[in-house]
Amino acid sequence: MWQFFHKLGSPKWFYGIATRFMPWLLASGLLLLVAGIVWGLAFAPKDYLQGNSYRIIFIHVPAAFLAQSIYIMMAFSAVVTLVWRMKLADVFVKAVAPVGLVFTFLSLFTGAVWGKPTWGTWWVWDARLTSMLILLFLYGGVIALDRAINDEKSAARAVAVLVLVGVVNIPIIKYSVDWWNTLHQPATFKLTEKPSMAVEMWVPLVLAILGLYLLFGWLACLRMKTEILIREQRTRWVRDLVLAGGK
Amino acid sequence: MPEPLLQAVSLECERDSRLLFQNLSFSILPGTVTRVEGPNGSGKTTLLRILAGLNDAWSGELHWCGKPREQNRESYLRNMLYLGHRPGIKPLLTPLENLRALMAGRRPVSDEVLLQALAGTGLSGFEHVACRNLSAGQQRRVALARLLIADEPLWLLDEVFTAIDAAGVEAIEALLQQRAAEGGAVIVTTHHDLQLPGMKFITLGAGENDEC
Amino acid sequence: MNADVQLSLKAEDAAIGPVRAMIAVFARDVRVAFRQRQDLLNPLLFFTMVVTLFPLGVSPEVAFLKQSGAGILWVAALLSVLLSLDHLFRHDFDDGTLEQLMLQPQPLFLLVLAKTMAHWMLTGLPLVLLTPVLGLMLHLDGNSVATLCLTLLIGTPVLSLVGAIGAALTLGLRSAGVLLSLLIIPLYIPVLIFGTGTVAAAAEGSPVAGYLALMGAFLFLALTLAPFAAAAALRISLSNS
Repeated sequence: MWQFFHKLGSPKWFYGIATRFMPWLLASGLLLLVAGIVWGLAFAPKDYLQGNSYRIIFIHVPAAFLAQSIYIMMAFSAVVTLVWRMKLADVFVKAVAPVGLVFTFLSLFTGAVWGKPTWGTWWVWDARLTSMLILLFLYGGVIALDRAINDEKSAARAVAVLVLVGVVNIPIIKYSVDWWNTLHQPATFKLTEKPSMAVEMWVPLVLAILGLYLLFGWLACLRMKTEILIREQRTRWVRDLVLAGGK
Repeated sequence: MPEPLLQAVSLECERDSRLLFQNLSFSILPGTVTRVEGPNGSGKTTLLRILAGLNDAWSGELHWCGKPREQNRESYLRNMLYLGHRPGIKPLLTPLENLRALMAGRRPVSDEVLLQALAGTGLSGFEHVACRNLSAGQQRRVALARLLIADEPLWLLDEVFTAIDAAGVEAIEALLQQRAAEGGAVIVTTHHDLQLPGMKFITLGAGENDEC
Repeated sequence: MNADVQLSLKAEDAAIGPVRAMIAVFARDVRVAFRQRQDLLNPLLFFTMVVTLFPLGVSPEVAFLKQSGAGILWVAALLSVLLSLDHLFRHDFDDGTLEQLMLQPQPLFLLVLAKTMAHWMLTGLPLVLLTPVLGLMLHLDGNSVATLCLTLLIGTPVLSLVGAIGAALTLGLRSAGVLLSLLIIPLYIPVLIFGTGTVAAAAEGSPVAGYLALMGAFLFLALTLAPFAAAAALRISLSNS
């Protein structure tokens, strides 16, 4: 177990493993995502209240799922950075924070697009949308801090502290925003919160979510590999790798 | 051979993707003055900050009196005096207030002792003048007054001779030797041509690192 | 003094306790601040000016001001604290007293807590004291002003404590001020929501004890966690300098 843990800390070992797994992640992710989305968009039944406009949840919900779980993953990684000072954990946070930002933006965007036919306006200060907007700010802060610090080890540790402070705050923010929302707004449609979703609706949704997770895995590996190459450029194994043509 | 006060085992430090030093090992014995040498940018200040415990971005081992330093942080800090090239003096406070603040978390010292120390560094008559009205050399002397009341055996001094006149330099040199003679140890970096009998060296930069 | 005494390693018991060290740090910060009184006034002036912008920029109608007054004052207070946070560690960092503080044989988080408390006393507390006057100018009734002051009294220490983390993280960076705001504003949202929400509840005549208790819980959480995070952040920033 400890040996495995130790190995996991080695960028070279990770580089090899990632190279081997990436095609599988990509293929299975694409397959599930495409299946889920095609099924959801073309074959799932219409919603009896919202008609066809609800179908955006097949993109919105997976993006929102990813946006939130990437931050949680970053928090775990941050603990590893601060406690064990593992290089790969630093690399992971740096590599996936922009991905998290993009998914958060995507979920906000699709939420707004869905809002137009449903609420008649692009933006509503709905609890979920507002929480996602704050999550977008948190990602923005993490990325800005990472860019501002030159020394990459210091940057990784500072970012780790910030991510942990953020993750402690996320439930508090969520709770406050929900409370604020009940204070200011009458209950409306809740995006994604359907009391009983037909099987034909949620099976493609689950497929799309799984697919997007796998694709995220692939993207994370890709970005981590790039980051590893930049950081380890002076080591022998990277030099050998480059000389061998990247094989 | 006496037990080393401070022992470094294969220290390595990388900064802004540049390797400052690696495999740096040395022992600081009681009764020695050690000078850290090296060209600009070779990591002299960084090494001193690592030894002081201000910089955590290093790998290797540091032992304080035979025990890992990280597990004895408070005891180490109590026995170590660090003066950096930022003097650690608040310009808005007077020399006396500054010394009080610097000693506040360490040990109780009476004002009388502090005033004596200030007098010892030639600051009589300036005890109650805000430090921003003092010259750079005088401000540094406020910081150096701590050497006169220091009971810490280990001193880490980064560029302490900056802005100090010839007489002051001589006095500091005498203090360093005295500390060593009392069984303490001093590690200094300086651009001043410091020559003390029996001085040890840690040489940084130029690719390889001497052990000493 | 100890010229002919053989040096020996010091035992633990000769030391100064953490509480005395904290008091010394607190007293020093207050003393330094009072040597430069203008700096103490700046957040208050800023606070007043931001509040003035709303009647001018939105509407001076009594109905609008009554409804939005608490929110305006909370946002203005939040921005004033944010503005003053850059100084929390910056001056000490520049003149080297921060590194000497970190080398005191004391738990760093307690010293950070002392500094943060001094910061609150010098910025947050004066804002609370100024609030009744500005509340009057925004036509808030007595009950609302009282509740508002109470929420600010509980809330501004949270702003200082959470802000200390941001100040420590951005210490020594270029454009630290803007970066600090980017990092910290999202974390201020819960306090802001409950601060203004409590006043709104009071205006409707609902009981507010529960909300105040919740804000007290925020304060307690910030008191226990933020100094650790800020201390860790300070070590990182100092390592990088």
